[in-house]
Amino acid sequence: MAYSLIGKDFTPPDVRAKVTGKAKYAEDFRVEGMVFVKLLLSPMPNAKVRNIDAAEALKMKGVLGILLPEDVPSFPLPRDPILTMEPKYVGQPILAIAAEDETTASDALEKIKIDYEPLPFTVDPLQSLYPGGPDVYPDANVGVRGMPEMKKIKWTAKDFAEAGDTKLPMGEPLAEWKLGDLDKGFSEAQLVMDETFVTAAHSHHSMEPRSAMAYWQNGKCYFHVSTQSQSYPLPLYAEMIGVAPKDLVMISEFCGGGFGSKGSAYVVATIPAHMSKKINRPCMMRLTRAEEYFLGSRRTGIQGRIKIGFRKDGRITAADIYVVQQNGATEGFPDFRNVGGALSMVYQPMNMRWRGISVFTNLPLSTAQRGPGQNQLACMMEPLLDKAARELKLDRLAIRSINAPTTGSKVEERQTPVSSAYISEALMASAAKFGWNEKKKLSGQRKGSKVTGIGVGRAYHPAGSAGFDGLLVIKPDGKIHIHTGIGNLGTYSYAATSRVAAEVLGCNWENVVLERGRTDNHLPWNNGQFGSNTSFTMSRTNYVAAIDAKQKLQEIAAQTLGGKPQDYVVAEEKVTAKADANKSMTFAEAAKKAIELGGKYSGKEIAAELNDLTKRSVEALAGSGLIGVAKDTIPMKDHVPALAAAFMHIELDIETGKWEILDYVATADCGTVLHPKGLANQIRGGGVMGIGMAALERVVYDPQNGLPANVGFYQSKPPSYLDVPSEMQVGWVDKPDPQNPVGVKGVGEPLMGCAASALLSAISDALGGHYFNRTPVMPDMIVNAVAKRPQSYKVLAVNTQ
Amino acid sequence: MTTTDDMAIGRDPVTRRRFIKSIIASGAATSAAAYYLAGCSDGSAPAAGSVERLITLKVNGQDRRVDILPNETLAMTLRYKLGLTGTKLGCDRGECGACTVLINDVGHNSCSTLTHGVRGRAVTTVEGLEGPNGELHVVQQAMIDELGPQCGFCTPGQVMSAVGLLKANPKPTRAEARQAMAGNLCRCGAYDHYLNAVMRAAKSA
Repeated sequence: MAYSLIGKDFTPPDVRAKVTGKAKYAEDFRVEGMVFVKLLLSPMPNAKVRNIDAAEALKMKGVLGILLPEDVPSFPLPRDPILTMEPKYVGQPILAIAAEDETTASDALEKIKIDYEPLPFTVDPLQSLYPGGPDVYPDANVGVRGMPEMKKIKWTAKDFAEAGDTKLPMGEPLAEWKLGDLDKGFSEAQLVMDETFVTAAHSHHSMEPRSAMAYWQNGKCYFHVSTQSQSYPLPLYAEMIGVAPKDLVMISEFCGGGFGSKGSAYVVATIPAHMSKKINRPCMMRLTRAEEYFLGSRRTGIQGRIKIGFRKDGRITAADIYVVQQNGATEGFPDFRNVGGALSMVYQPMNMRWRGISVFTNLPLSTAQRGPGQNQLACMMEPLLDKAARELKLDRLAIRSINAPTTGSKVEERQTPVSSAYISEALMASAAKFGWNEKKKLSGQRKGSKVTGIGVGRAYHPAGSAGFDGLLVIKPDGKIHIHTGIGNLGTYSYAATSRVAAEVLGCNWENVVLERGRTDNHLPWNNGQFGSNTSFTMSRTNYVAAIDAKQKLQEIAAQTLGGKPQDYVVAEEKVTAKADANKSMTFAEAAKKAIELGGKYSGKEIAAELNDLTKRSVEALAGSGLIGVAKDTIPMKDHVPALAAAFMHIELDIETGKWEILDYVATADCGTVLHPKGLANQIRGGGVMGIGMAALERVVYDPQNGLPANVGFYQSKPPSYLDVPSEMQVGWVDKPDPQNPVGVKGVGEPLMGCAASALLSAISDALGGHYFNRTPVMPDMIVNAVAKRPQSYKVLAVNTQ
Repeated sequence: MTTTDDMAIGRDPVTRRRFIKSIIASGAATSAAAYYLAGCSDGSAPAAGSVERLITLKVNGQDRRVDILPNETLAMTLRYKLGLTGTKLGCDRGECGACTVLINDVGHNSCSTLTHGVRGRAVTTVEGLEGPNGELHVVQQAMIDELGPQCGFCTPGQVMSAVGLLKANPKPTRAEARQAMAGNLCRCGAYDHYLNAVMRAAKSA
């Protein structure tokens, strides 16, 4: 279909501010009378605070107040507390001090005497599952956000003994699901493998620390925060701050990186709002990079085991997977469940069982990070497929194709049909661009100490959601104001999806004004910018809002110029009679008429089905023009997947364990392409993050003291320019998804997993098919593997260096 | 180095003795952690007992009079005293390059530069690149054309490093540009697009 805006490059309206330094992030705002807040963080991984003596600190010149756990709302476990008398990890905020300047606030913290009662702790899930092992809570050691109960599960000593040292014990799970008949599946298999694997936790490392600033004015709280989304977290932040959503003005025009860590509301950001209320001064809370690591979030580490059976032709007849999640002390994210979902989707096992358990440990919040669960699975499965292909003497692409999903394939326990899947097309497109047939011949070739490795990887994430609202206003000056509450994470999809509304209305992009970034810009209820959903979900909401505006334009024209609404067409910012080009109204004229007519046309009448947030925004905008507003009720029955496939050519120095990536090619299956340049940047950026996940980054906690070892960039190693190829080739399948009116799907997350798994596959390939059972693969592991020495860690160990 | 033998994974539940040992160890670590946590801030205004001194800085071609603490970093002066918030603080310890500014045309991490040390030298921040009528610097325009930024937080530092590179080496190869920019982290991973922008700027300059 020929579009005038969709699929075309454009300059997003916020990019100029980014290159000139005018873009204001939370810490760039200054308010008259602003003071500084510093946090006192727990030095212990599990403790009870028996007493706080702040008398000396509060006497200091320049100290303005203290915020204690009793001053802030508390929430039922496992929700993350704002401040706590029962810290559950090193770095958890206990209290905050406000002072005229930051140095005084820091000095005051040192004068506070806290009496802690230390408690047993653990940073290893298996330790907590062992009979008599330490539990994070007296009555519970397992649970996760979204599961109604926390409970205590202990495996038996027999479970551990039977598994031995090299296999994951598999005691009672927290949850499980099953598909088909595993025994039958395994009986039909030519090759059965039983692999135990570990993927390390790793941080989000957003470049902007989660600093925040807040003040109160006329009963409203003005809240500057770094967030991936505006509309979605608003009710949650309002609850945490203790204010009605209508009285919370949340400002976040720019977000300096989130990757899942700022997808929803996070508690620490609300501390300046509470402090400001208490001391009646605007409060700025700057978090240092070290604090960001102490109390920020991370992707959960997993310990897992899969028994998997392959037919002679490579088809997976059965897969039985067990996943242990190294959850933090609170909330968490269901990565462990997503591992099962991704296995079902990408590899389509004929028979399958997923079992999992999420274990509380004395670690900071584990939350979603780009492909939570799906990308851990990609790291584990793609090199494993290579291993199976080697044993079955099959081509590495053939074993992927024979198991690959296609449109209409079924997924997960409910066997929901897949609305569109072109992973094999993406794989073949990447293979052609990469020159797979030639490159694969280089596999294992040695020059000096360098060996060539050729890798292939794929990944997946669900790619869309439905049921949110769209909102736009055609103003009497003819401008089209599109309101979007999706947030500005750096993908530019807030703008790209708004272009769908402009496309439907046939208007010039130059006449569109995007209203976004602060909740007092009257935002509609939108999903959060996370989960690779924005492109799909927001193009639908903008589509329905534009269709609503279009119908109203036609009705207004019919009422004004005669005839029926369907006698009119909307194009070129006019509504014109089909039969008579002279019977026409401009958007500006129609907007004026809408204001005159009132009712639904100008937003004076508001549809009941809209979300309260949208209703308040429409109320505020009522009478300012022609309002297009609607809830997305477009049917969505089928599962929408985002998929990606990548190839990597590396040289691995087997003396040092260092690799260099010579070529990288990735192809996305993301439906119709909205914004090619933005997509290209996502494919490359996801690739960079994947390289870090595969072979550079991990979180390490000292199991004796519960202290983090990575509290700076140099210790936690996000990739730099020199770790990644200087040019990365990208492409897309560009086939529309039927459940989106313009065919769009999201794609952010698998772009990371396909690169991570391709690098792991390439390293394995350079080593003649060595499967590491562990991510990240570090240079010492490579050197040990080459020398056929045992590795320095036990198979199931977490927190390895 | 964590040794897995000490980790009590599964088979070796925490004994009373081990637990007491760990508490003793964490007690020792406690004081260190508390000191570090409390001490990792930056002064943003006068600390008790320290004295500010009025000095003149040359920033973006203008003389700026400003009160400076002896231990104040250039990043803090720029951001909190001169209102130049385009210079970002990503780590405040010279790891990420988000705070890169030019001092006499050479890129520096302003978080790790004392303000007193730049008296008499020309400081250029991202706000100082535009022409008198708001014309973008060739690097800034190239960053837009190549859609360099994603979240944009590291972008001012990337821009300043690129400007510094092109002043020293107006026609770099892509490999030289990659080396020159390597001190600027980008978690969004927009490296390829930033390099495209550097090469485009070099071509059009």
